[in-house]
Amino acid sequence: MLYFSKLRITLVSLVTLFFVYIALSNFQDAENSLISKRINLGLDLQGGSYLLLEIDNEPVEIQKLQNTTTAIRNFLKGKKINFNDLKIENKTIVFTVTKNDADLVEAFFLDKESEINPYYYQYKSHQFDVIIKDSEFKLSLSKYGLIEIKISSQDQALEIVRRRVDEVGTNEPNIIKRGNNRILVELPGLDDPMRIKSLLGKTANLTFRFVTQNNNDTFGTEMLQFEDGMSEALVSKRIILNGENLLDAQPQMNNQTNETVVSFTLDRVGAKRFGKATSTGVGKQLAIVLDGKIVSAPTIQSVIASGNGQISGNFTFQSATDLALLLRSGALPAPLNIIEERTVGPDLGQDSINAGIIALMIGFLLVIIFMFFKYKIFGLIANITLFVNLFFLVGILTLFGATLTLPGIAGIILTVGMAVDANVLIFERIKEECKKEKNNIIAFDTGYVKSKTAIIDANITTLIAAIILFLMGSGPVKGFSVTLAVGIFTTLFSVYFIARMLTSLYVLKNKEKDKLI
Amino acid sequence: MINFNKFYKLFNLISLSLVILSILLLFFKGLNFGVDFKGGTLIELRANDKNINVMSLRQSFSKMNLGDFNVKKFGNENDFLIKIEKKDTSANAIEIIKKELTSSIGSSFNFRRVENVGPKVSAELLKSGVIAIALSLAAMLFYIWIRFEWQFSLGAILALFHDVIITLGLFSLFNLEINLSIVAAVLTIVGYSMNDTVVIFDRVRENLRKFSDIKIFELTNISINETLSRTIITSVTTLLALASIYLFGGEILKGFSLAMIMGIVFGTYSSIYIANPILVKLRVSQKTILKEDKD
Repeated sequence: MLYFSKLRITLVSLVTLFFVYIALSNFQDAENSLISKRINLGLDLQGGSYLLLEIDNEPVEIQKLQNTTTAIRNFLKGKKINFNDLKIENKTIVFTVTKNDADLVEAFFLDKESEINPYYYQYKSHQFDVIIKDSEFKLSLSKYGLIEIKISSQDQALEIVRRRVDEVGTNEPNIIKRGNNRILVELPGLDDPMRIKSLLGKTANLTFRFVTQNNNDTFGTEMLQFEDGMSEALVSKRIILNGENLLDAQPQMNNQTNETVVSFTLDRVGAKRFGKATSTGVGKQLAIVLDGKIVSAPTIQSVIASGNGQISGNFTFQSATDLALLLRSGALPAPLNIIEERTVGPDLGQDSINAGIIALMIGFLLVIIFMFFKYKIFGLIANITLFVNLFFLVGILTLFGATLTLPGIAGIILTVGMAVDANVLIFERIKEECKKEKNNIIAFDTGYVKSKTAIIDANITTLIAAIILFLMGSGPVKGFSVTLAVGIFTTLFSVYFIARMLTSLYVLKNKEKDKLI
Repeated sequence: MINFNKFYKLFNLISLSLVILSILLLFFKGLNFGVDFKGGTLIELRANDKNINVMSLRQSFSKMNLGDFNVKKFGNENDFLIKIEKKDTSANAIEIIKKELTSSIGSSFNFRRVENVGPKVSAELLKSGVIAIALSLAAMLFYIWIRFEWQFSLGAILALFHDVIITLGLFSLFNLEINLSIVAAVLTIVGYSMNDTVVIFDRVRENLRKFSDIKIFELTNISINETLSRTIITSVTTLLALASIYLFGGEILKGFSLAMIMGIVFGTYSSIYIANPILVKLRVSQKTILKEDKD
């Protein structure tokens, strides 16, 4: 095992130089170096905010049930089938038909081409599970129907969240899906996520509806509170316009009243509808409702046909800016709840980096001194190996574009402590062999061969722990498992190539010497 | 040569009582779970005003009706850690705390770190932490079983249980906080302790092949002695690195490195005094190994 060909020595040296270069390139400007990849700092090191949002799909489910109920009513009417008691009970749509029609209706719902109850070929399931008892039908959302709802509202929510975060203009936000009802938002460099949190906490469902006095409105009415919580008004359920008809919204100063307002521009459909509503409703109050609360309810003075309007309502400039932003980015399909938040200020991040580097240097120094005193010249070889190992480790993390976290730094320091193990195992074994074998070269060779299984077994056990941690761990802890696992591979490589090469060069030169180790 | 085997019985008794004591502690005293696993809010606050101290912070927080909370110093003289048990993850909970704090102690402070974990997430994190530890133990058991014989596997796994339970017992005893990084530490301990045991086992197996006339009681002792210098040197270098993290790596890594230090001390000890006596108890002999070689 001691023989190294010239070619091999050259190759190993080249690989080493390559990784040293990559590792060092982290300290250089990206533009001036050959490799643009860098180790990313985790949020715990560079400071920033981590928000985990959960989508509350309940309202979407209820909306779906209501829409389906309406669709069923129209569908059955269209087919001229008599039905009774169509209603929603405990998230189940219930209705009865006459006995004669039952089979026919069943076919409507359970046919694979069903218009009213779509069949998902990929899941082999309908949107609704149908239970038929005599002539009573009970429809509830199937497992896959629910998943379909979750996935589609997650897709929509992701898009809206991205737009809102982009509008605020933080640098390099990371917005990804988690599971089928969660969204993870990582905002590097943001030490006070208050504004983003409040922006993401609003659904921003905007509607324009008339304020009415009589309860006999054909569309139904509801009592809604004003945003200040002081008063309330009876509002028709008929929606004249909603946020989807908005082309643009901007905060503005109203020159006449010196008030901050949000001015908006409607699309063509919206402008037409708005024109019609204002022409029939002069003198009436038009309520502007945002997430179930009335922002303001101005009285219509004249027809507005241009498709431009203003929302007033005791705004500060900041709140007008935020409302305009929310209206521009669109409404969320469902409310979002922040279920986990972790924010680290930039100064703490810097402190952590400094502490980590100091700990690394001191740990490294202690290990190096210890090894040198214990093994002298071979300690020096182990130390050079350790040094190269660090470059390998940092170099590979760089090539992966891995994210370095505080526990990740701890993983590097731990690797320093544990990396010498393989060399220690080999050196101790060689010492034993030297007692039995006078020929140094044979003794060293046997030492390497015999220690191999122990080294491999020992490293695989640590690797197993690291892999499980990577699969199960979350956030910064994952960074620890990455450095630990990469550290195992770089350690094995550096021990079997670098250390063995240096050892062989030394042993071959001093093969006649007694008590070599 | 040190006669480790002379003390097998004595140390087994000590280990057994430590494990029982730890289990009792875990059952009756329980663990001090951090916000990661219990949910709630954690705030690391740096004060720029000398008049702000634990007392004044405690007073201000008790006015806020936040339920159970805990204020303590965190590293530096002017750094504090506040833990609030109430699981309020509403968007402006932190903002309200900041506002109320400003009105009671002035504005010369800043929040260096805020962690707010909802009950759902904390339950999930706890579950995945427990699964991770269980899974790693199972994986180790399986690996050793494949590489060695079941007797070795049993010895190794009991040694692991011993290390993990005593480490957790100490955390319970000293009321140290269990958070995500402690789970990482426990998993690393599992890996390290295993690593230590495997090296000795590897030598036991080699010696079993070599000597048919030496009893396992003697044989484990020889193997432990042969690998002893390696065991000590690796433990020392690892402990040096960990001590460096503990002393210089900042407050956040203190718990993590402490758990690792305890785990490494017990892991080294258990490789010698748990794993090997079990081989003796199970009467491992050359036959056990030869059967494996035939396969």
